[in-house]
Parts: sequence; structure tokens; C-alpha cells
Amino acid sequence: MGMTRSEHILARASGKARVAPGDMVVGKADVIMGNDITTSLTVRILDANGITQFADPDKVFIVMSHFVPAKDIASAAMAKTCRDFARKYGIKHYFEAGQGGIEHALLPDEGYVVPGDLVLGADSHSCTYGGVNTFATGIGSTDLAAAWTTGELWLRVPETIKIVFNGVPKNPWVSGKDVVLFLISQLGDDGALYQAQEFHGEGTQHLSVEGRLTIANMAIEGGAKNSIFPCDDKTLAYEAGRAKRDVQGVEADADANYVAVHEFDISNLEPQVAFPHLPSNCKPVGQAMQEKVSIDQVFIGSCTNAKLEDLRIAAKILDGHQLAKWTRGVVIPASHNIYMQALDEGLISIFAKAGFAVAEGTCGPCLGGYMGVIGEGERMLSTSNRNFKGRTGDVRGETYLASPAVAAASAITGFITDPNEVAPSGSAAALTQFTE
Amino acid sequence: MAQPQPKVYRYGRDVNTDLILPARYMMFNEPEDLAKHCMEDLDGDFLPTVRYGDVVVGEENFGSGSSREHAPMALKASGIVAVIASSFARIFFRNAINIGLPVLELPEAVADFRHGDTISLDIEQGIVKNTRSGNTFQATPYPQEIMDIIRAGGLMNLIKQQQAAGA
Repeated sequence: MGMTRSEHILARASGKARVAPGDMVVGKADVIMGNDITTSLTVRILDANGITQFADPDKVFIVMSHFVPAKDIASAAMAKTCRDFARKYGIKHYFEAGQGGIEHALLPDEGYVVPGDLVLGADSHSCTYGGVNTFATGIGSTDLAAAWTTGELWLRVPETIKIVFNGVPKNPWVSGKDVVLFLISQLGDDGALYQAQEFHGEGTQHLSVEGRLTIANMAIEGGAKNSIFPCDDKTLAYEAGRAKRDVQGVEADADANYVAVHEFDISNLEPQVAFPHLPSNCKPVGQAMQEKVSIDQVFIGSCTNAKLEDLRIAAKILDGHQLAKWTRGVVIPASHNIYMQALDEGLISIFAKAGFAVAEGTCGPCLGGYMGVIGEGERMLSTSNRNFKGRTGDVRGETYLASPAVAAASAITGFITDPNEVAPSGSAAALTQFTE
Repeated sequence: MAQPQPKVYRYGRDVNTDLILPARYMMFNEPEDLAKHCMEDLDGDFLPTVRYGDVVVGEENFGSGSSREHAPMALKASGIVAVIASSFARIFFRNAINIGLPVLELPEAVADFRHGDTISLDIEQGIVKNTRSGNTFQATPYPQEIMDIIRAGGLMNLIKQQQAAGA
């Protein structure tokens, strides 16, 4: 019996010829990452246990992203805990707000995670890196302390679900976000619990790497342990000029074993909108529009959908338009480099002229941090990943999840809107995430 | 005077980490600071009534969402001694085991418990008794690797033991 992509990486990382679902392995990680929130707790755990030696300090990544630049005195103290730790141990891969960004945009975009890696991240969206053919999974702060100390961590080899996307979406505004919202609506919020998702098919082949990263990002919203895309021509082209280490892509064997196979024809997929309070609560945008849902704030940001392609798509729709009178807008490019590229391309100017407040490199209101927390009874349309009750602010507020295209179109009208209503489909031709 | 019997807080499915401990308190990492806000967006009666020894019971996908270890820390610091659920989100499961908060996957027990039921627990043996219904449930034993973490009193203790043994 052959192995899946995930099994290949876990076998290599644990020094075994082969592994099978259910095996407990101790995997040696290539990148071990924490953010400001999880790292501050890890530092407390390390101090309490008197640990001052780390297996490989160059594999330690600390990316400040959630409550930075500090939103209040308590977060300043939390950030300082991380900063003091990084200085004390001379951590090379320490990223401050204004230089780094959100970890899940930063690490693939700047080539710190590369195909074939085992990546452990103390943030649940660490599964994002599977978009570039890594085995990447979320861990907690004690796990992070353990992995920094020993360089490795116990992992149960997950069963793999094979997901095949047949066809290529005809609607030019359909992106990776719409595909993943649709997938979660089909398989459920815990449909992949403890399992790996492995993506195949024509739809997968034609999807850009940034679109794949968005799908992998939300694997956790389906309960998955990890999610993994192929290492194909698109991946190699993406890695050229980015990868900071050798690319060692993996592919599943022809006789690999899958616990389930799901095939979806996505050629007629419409943009999707997840209604409160679960990502699985999806409707096609045409149906959502009929409900005339007014939007108080549009947020284009987060590790899910604030990469360069996302910003280009949103800016294309917003160019020359204004936010609707009673709709506010916040744009937060996901990393400093993405912010600078968006500046160079004139995208920031389009957002600013449309009336958006523009910041950079923080998770912001996605998790109710700051820069656009919502109030009682308010509705936010967000390009982020979770619409749980109370997550983005007041527990009586509502969050709707959608793509940057739907967010931009809705910002113009003030209601949930199909991008095709405000932007003729021809104008999207150069921007779709599905290409040859 | 007899001690009150440990009681059950019974919730539904998808009790996510934003409900267990909202992100707005994640700049804190002392257990007692976190405990002051545990479950506040889900159940306003939790904090005023929870006592040491009580148990949280949830349905499927308990602890979904964020990787924040603050969530099981908050439950433990508020007095909760175990969580029983039909299934757990995997990062929550790891975090709870790693900090020494027992988590038991027991769908039959979940179906039997109602909010406010009294409970008796034998964590070591994995035995749960609903003292209202009189029904007893036996959890499937953990794999050896997880038992090692539990017996050591958490993952960091196990690592220190292993390092001392290897030194």
C-alpha cells in the first residue's frame, strides 16, 4: 500500500520508511512558529519549567500579528514578553509589526515554508501552508514550548480524505474562498475532524497558489488537521525567487489509501456567502442578495484573504467607486511586503479614495482584536475565516464571510452584492484565480 | 455539612474557543485572570455558580476554532476538572491533555446528561457516573503516548523527565 502526500512528509520527518493512519510518530519540524498571543504563553511555560536551551533556534519563528502594534497596555506587556524573549535568545526569525505581518501570509509569500516541510504553528490557521505542499498543522502553547525545546513533537498520522474538484468555474469572480466556503458547507464544520484533506482534480490544477493557500487556510474550519495541495508547475513557479530552502515536493502514490473520496463539479459554482454564525452556513451570492442584507462594515483582511491577488481583485472592483453612505470599510493587507507591493501598484490609493481606513499587517477585527471591532446589532461582511458569535466584537453583532470580490461589491452598494452586478464579468478576465 | 456534589454544565455542539474564552482577553495569560471570563459569552450562569470539581459536557466538535491554550486553561482555573464531549476539535484536545485537563470522548454519556445533573468521576479508570440517572459510562483508554503525558502531569513534565533520563 502506498502513501498519501501527508504520510510521505510525516514518514520523512519521523525517519521511517512508511507510516500509516493511526500511527503515533515523533516528527522533526522544519519551521516551528508562534504568534504574539501564543508565544507569550509559551514564554511563561518555558520560564516555569526552567528551560533555556532550544534544539534549533533557527527553526524558531515568532511573528507578531494579533494585538500589534499594541492595542492597549495589556497587549503592550504581552508583546514585550515575546520581544524580550526573542532578544535574549537572539532569535533570527522574529518579525515585528511593520516588517513582518500575519504569519500565514508572511511565511509562504517570503519562502520561509517550502514544499515538503513539516510545519508546526501555534495558531490554528497554520494549516494554510498546506497550500504549498507542506504538512502544516496548528498546535497550542505547551506544544510550542515542547517543540522549541526538542525540535520535534508527537503527532498521530491522520487518515486522508481525497477531494477532487472537477471543472473550472465559469464565473470569473469565483475564487479559492468561494470554493472553500462551498466545501465546508458540503462536508460540515467538523466534517474532516482529525483528518488530512488532499486536493486533486482539474479545478485544483487551474487554481493559483494564493487561491490554494486560502483553501488550505480554512481547512481548520472543517475540523481538519491539515490540508495539502500538489507541488506542480504553479507551485514551482511560485517558489522561484521565494523559496529560502530546497523544494522537496511530495506526491501521493497511485495506490495510496483514502478514508473517503469526495468529488465536486465546481464549473457552475457561484460566489458564496457564509451567514452567521458558522462558516458552513453558506448561500450562493444570488440567493444572499435576495435577502437584502445591509452591511455596516466591510473588512478586507486576515490571513485568509489579504494577499496581493485578493487586494488586486478588490481594487479592480472598487476602482473609481465610493463606499455606500452608511457602510464603513477597513482594509488590512496581510503583510508588510504585500502592503508595499499594493502601494507600488496603486491599490492602496484605490482603497483610500473609496473611503476605506487602511492599516497593515495585523489580524485586526478578524478575532475582535481592534481596528474595526463591531458593536451591538452591527453586521460585518468580512473576508476572514470565522463568523462565530462574539468573535469579531459584541456578541449581538453578526459576521458574514465572503471573498474579496463580494466584499468590494458589497462595499459599493451597502448590501450583500454579487460582483457581477457592479463589475461586468469581462473586467475580471485578467484577475481570476483560475487560470491555465 | 456535606459538600455539594459536583455538577454538570451541559452545552450543545460546536462550543468554540471564542465562546470558552473570548479573544478580547488573550492579552492575559495568568490562569486566574482567564478564569474570570470563562464561558461569559455562552452562559451567564457559569461563572457565578461553577465550583471546583464540576464538569463541562458538550456535544460534537467541542473546542473548535482557535489554537488558544487559554481556553482549556480558563476552564481548569475556573474549577472544571474534566470535559466530556461527543467529539473534540483536535487542537483543543491536545492542549487540554498537555496542561492536565482530562477530556473524555463519550457520546453515550453526553446523550444521558442534562444541565445541572450530578456526576461522579474516576479519571484514572475513565469511569463516569450520572448520579441522577444512575447510569455509568466507561471511556475508551487513551493510547500509550497520551497516557504517558497524563501520568507525567503534562507534556513539559514528560519532556523534562525524558531529558533527565537521557542526560
